[in-house]
Amino acid sequence: MDIVISNSSEKPIYEQIVSQIKDAIIKGVLKEAETLPSIRSLARELKISVITTKRAYDELQKEGFIVIVPGKGTFVAAQNKDLLRESRIRIVEEKLIEAVSAAKSIELSFDELLEMLKLFYKEDY
Amino acid sequence: MTPILEIKNLRKEFKDFCLKDISLSLERGFIMGFIGPNGAGKSTTIKLILNLMKRDSGEINIFGKDNIAYEREVKNRIGFVLDESHYYEEITIREMKSIIAPFYDKWDEGIFKKYVKEFGLSMDKKIKELSKGMKMKFSLAVALSHDAELLIMDEPTSGLDPVVRSELLDILSDLMQDENKGVFFSTHITSDLDKIADYITFINNGEIVLSTAKDDILDNFGLVKGAKELLRGNDSKEFIGIQENQYGFEALVQNKEEFRKLYGDKIVIEKPTLEDIMVYYTRRGINA
Repeated sequence: MDIVISNSSEKPIYEQIVSQIKDAIIKGVLKEAETLPSIRSLARELKISVITTKRAYDELQKEGFIVIVPGKGTFVAAQNKDLLRESRIRIVEEKLIEAVSAAKSIELSFDELLEMLKLFYKEDY
Repeated sequence: MTPILEIKNLRKEFKDFCLKDISLSLERGFIMGFIGPNGAGKSTTIKLILNLMKRDSGEINIFGKDNIAYEREVKNRIGFVLDESHYYEEITIREMKSIIAPFYDKWDEGIFKKYVKEFGLSMDKKIKELSKGMKMKFSLAVALSHDAELLIMDEPTSGLDPVVRSELLDILSDLMQDENKGVFFSTHITSDLDKIADYITFINNGEIVLSTAKDDILDNFGLVKGAKELLRGNDSKEFIGIQENQYGFEALVQNKEEFRKLYGDKIVIEKPTLEDIMVYYTRRGINA
């Protein structure tokens, strides 16, 4: 798993960590029960404050993506299938919105867009 | 848990400067950056912590113990790096080390040698032949070679080039893998070491302006930019220092979300650096 932190981003660093770990879990890069680095070693690797990594892990735990077991470590939680599906649907939605707005910007009609979608869906992607 | 370093209402008066009853507290496992402009009272505070200067009133507890009553024990467990070199100039690193090492119960010659090598120091060089950066590295090697629980550094990065500063960053993050250790360092160049600082205490003119988690500061403070007409009728107390120019204004605010709600697209809100925060607060002090 890679985590890339931007110091100049408007997005707080803990949020950047949260969203990247979430993505890795949703995409299956991080699998159930896999061990995550400790807050201190993650802080060392990323050269950031321990409080920041702790906050990111707390957030991920609250949302049910990871489990923090005191004295043992941090693990990827068993994922709720519905929840996981929902977040993947959200990704599809985001991409569709992107496609729609790109289509609109070149005044592509709805039917044309639909035609494209049909074509792509039938092919094996 | 007992804080690793706790200061309560610490006061020290001089003819032309006064440290005004400052308080701060650092838990084990964390790094605190002590920032402020020149002459704000950073070095005075650190000298008082190390009892190199007598306090007028207040308390300083290190590992939960009074820093004067338990001076010997406390200092055995502290590593420190001061702004100025306090070593004998005429002798070599090796000789200086042999003078210092016996003071510490837990001196570890192996670790010292490792740092000397890593820092590119030569044991046979005289202290006076060392550059400022080299002297700093020597101090640092000494500070890290006796298993200190608390590391106190006064302006450790001044005089160091970016490469060494980044090495220091690595060393500190390694050190912090041990959650029983703590680091307290002062700086007026806030851009490099503050990356790994967990807490920031900002001192100006002998008073603590802020002492909180760095993330809280960066989350809440904002650098607001907009047209000057927005300033009209606005209570300027909301702003911590305003800078106006011909085409608009720039101001530091402590509650950027409120401003975002109030003005929306009419203003631009940027993430301030700690340096911005220091500059705006300091400037307000001058204008007031």
